[in-house]
Amino acid sequence: MNVMRRLKVLAAALAVGLASTLAARADEQFFPLQSYRVGPYAAGGTGFFGGFIDYLNLINIRDGGINGVKLTWDEGETQYEVERGVEVYERLKSRPGIAAWNPLSVGIAYAMIDRISKDKVPLITINHGRTDSTDGRVFPYVFPLLLNPYSETSGIVNYIASREGGADKLKGKKIVVLYHGSPYGKETIPIYKLLADKYGFELEQIEVPHPGNEQQSQWLSIRRAKPDYVVLRGWGVMNPVALKTAQKVGFPADHIIGNVWSNSEEDVIPAGDAAKGYIAITTQASGAEYPVLQEVIKSVYGANKGNLEDKKRIGSVYHNLGIVNGILNVEAVRIAQAKFGKRTLTGDEVRWGFEHLQLDPARVEALGAKGLFHSINVTWDNHEGDGRVTFQQWDGSKWKVVSDWIAPDWAALRPIIEKSSAAYAKEHSIKIRASGDDQVGQ
Amino acid sequence: MPTLISAKSNWFSSEALWIGLVIVAAYGIIPLAGTDYLLDAVLTPFLALSLAAVGLNVLTGYAGQVSLGSAAFLAVGAYAAYNLHLRFPALPLLIDLVLAGGVAAAIGIVFGLPSLRLRGFYLAVSTLAAQFFVQWALTKFSWFSNDNPSGVIDAPTLSIGGVAFTSPAERYVFTLTVVIVLTLLTLRLLRSQSGRNFIAVRDHEIAARVIGVPLLRTKLLAFAASSFLIGVAGVLWAFAYLRTVEPAGFNLDRSFQILFIIIIGGLASLRGSFIGAAFIVVFPLLLSRIGAALLGSVFDSGVLEMSQRIVIGGLIIVFLSAEPRGLIALWDRAWAAIRPANRSLLPS
Repeated sequence: MNVMRRLKVLAAALAVGLASTLAARADEQFFPLQSYRVGPYAAGGTGFFGGFIDYLNLINIRDGGINGVKLTWDEGETQYEVERGVEVYERLKSRPGIAAWNPLSVGIAYAMIDRISKDKVPLITINHGRTDSTDGRVFPYVFPLLLNPYSETSGIVNYIASREGGADKLKGKKIVVLYHGSPYGKETIPIYKLLADKYGFELEQIEVPHPGNEQQSQWLSIRRAKPDYVVLRGWGVMNPVALKTAQKVGFPADHIIGNVWSNSEEDVIPAGDAAKGYIAITTQASGAEYPVLQEVIKSVYGANKGNLEDKKRIGSVYHNLGIVNGILNVEAVRIAQAKFGKRTLTGDEVRWGFEHLQLDPARVEALGAKGLFHSINVTWDNHEGDGRVTFQQWDGSKWKVVSDWIAPDWAALRPIIEKSSAAYAKEHSIKIRASGDDQVGQ
Repeated sequence: MPTLISAKSNWFSSEALWIGLVIVAAYGIIPLAGTDYLLDAVLTPFLALSLAAVGLNVLTGYAGQVSLGSAAFLAVGAYAAYNLHLRFPALPLLIDLVLAGGVAAAIGIVFGLPSLRLRGFYLAVSTLAAQFFVQWALTKFSWFSNDNPSGVIDAPTLSIGGVAFTSPAERYVFTLTVVIVLTLLTLRLLRSQSGRNFIAVRDHEIAARVIGVPLLRTKLLAFAASSFLIGVAGVLWAFAYLRTVEPAGFNLDRSFQILFIIIIGGLASLRGSFIGAAFIVVFPLLLSRIGAALLGSVFDSGVLEMSQRIVIGGLIIVFLSAEPRGLIALWDRAWAAIRPANRSLLPS
């Protein structure tokens, strides 16, 4: 680590800190970050939070904030542990002007649902989270943006069907789901069962205990089962180990379909050769050719304020997910500002912004993210926002997109989600909202 | 090793004053003056883990049976209380709490049986069976988590006789009361014949048998009492602190954490359990906040986290080489140096 640079930054930070205490406090919107930069999931944490911070920095440097409202943030290390996530929540929740929480951990998100609902601040679980929180009628403050776990499952099964030549061809096929032994990993167990019944494919779901660096026995059972496809629902170190072990037992990589947390460069590069041909679902493309990434490189990394230590990771899957997450958070604040005024908003006002977060492909292009992600259409009762997915194949050095933007089967999933959210509402005596026009707290 | 309970009764009177002062401060000042963060994120988990450490200290410190399965009993307590609450809604919370401790005690007795044949490291390794078995069972059978697909349970709100404990201060007072009552009961147990039997078994098992200490009964009682305390601590951890539970939160790391608490705090010392918990739970948070405030703008949180581990690891080495009997012995030595007249009153 270059010490001199650090010292210079320290001096600059002290000077800026002094100056900012002297200056009058302008409007600010605060993002508390429960990040994880150490531990088994550090690759995901540094990439995602790096991208998120890079985008917030871009808005500050290029635009001077959102309509003049500066974006600020503070990090607390969680190591992906629920207990630490809760501690950081308690530590940062009293800060003024909190826009939204983005913990990037299902376990931590679960622990926060009660707390943020009471505090009336949105909780964003992009591409993951508790599936039934898609139902905004029961979970007004929780947003599993772009892709909830059920939609992901449906997208993967639809993709396998298209490779086999139609949904009717799934009958009699055998699919093994290898999942991470965590709340995140288990979230999709019932929906895979349901889809197996619906399409008539044979299903086996095998757990890999956290963190997943030993999978010999699981892959031996897979070899015995001789499935047509293996769905890898992994996270962190589990993914490269799965790919390497698959190669050892002779299972072809192009019949392993990774889920949305098994789709990054950090998952395939350590597996080396074994990852060649591996396919994974994604909501955001990788690569740095998109205008918004170019601006991040120019304005943020050009000003030496980039968050990633390793500049080669700019445009990687996790970094781009962080950028997309930044876009969605910033646009929600912008939309809420249009209604409530260009000032520091309350959490409940930002919640209103998320419930009106509608970015069509034209708006996405205007934001410089055409091709990076498709679109989003969040409403008061649909907190996922109909995100599209695409599939990418690893060619040994980079991801290549191998499908169009695919829509999961939302209509079929909605009744299951509503059943589950209704049960939650009953258990917690929550009044189900009848419309999105309820009072917004100041 | 001389111990707390071998001290004379005049020790108790001086100590009682201290305990009284601490209790007055804990009830009278902290709930009013403490911030939500202090109460919810620092003191409540500190109290829950202190109780777990008291439990493990009964088993390891007093009765000399090493266990690496503490986290399993935390989990048993938490899941038992959750299921009792869910399936028998009529039961009041306090009964749930006691029954959950009872379930943990029953399982503790089962996994304590090998202690009749195994000792030391061998016993420690055999208690790993509890650790892995419990975690496996809770994950494998979704009945335990009421078929929640993620295996995560939402803890119900704490309420006794219609009075709900919902604010941080209320949850803290609830936890504090449970911990104090159980700690006093533990003290009572340790001062009874059974408590003396524990020490006899620890110090020399064969000699204990020769003088007529019933080994089977004593060891199983130690396992039962210890698991009961740890089980109740698990309920507090899940219901009062996290308010959610997943089996992975009760992994081997947590067992080690509790073992380190009693080693660093002081074996065979109830006060040591609290000081150890403060060092292991509160000190890292303190360090993390100081680190973030001073250097947060220069280093990212990952680097800070790593440096804290180095600092804490270094301090453990320094403390334990200065006083292998733990922080509590260090504390008492320092205290004796300040007040030489007090020396005769010291427990260890």
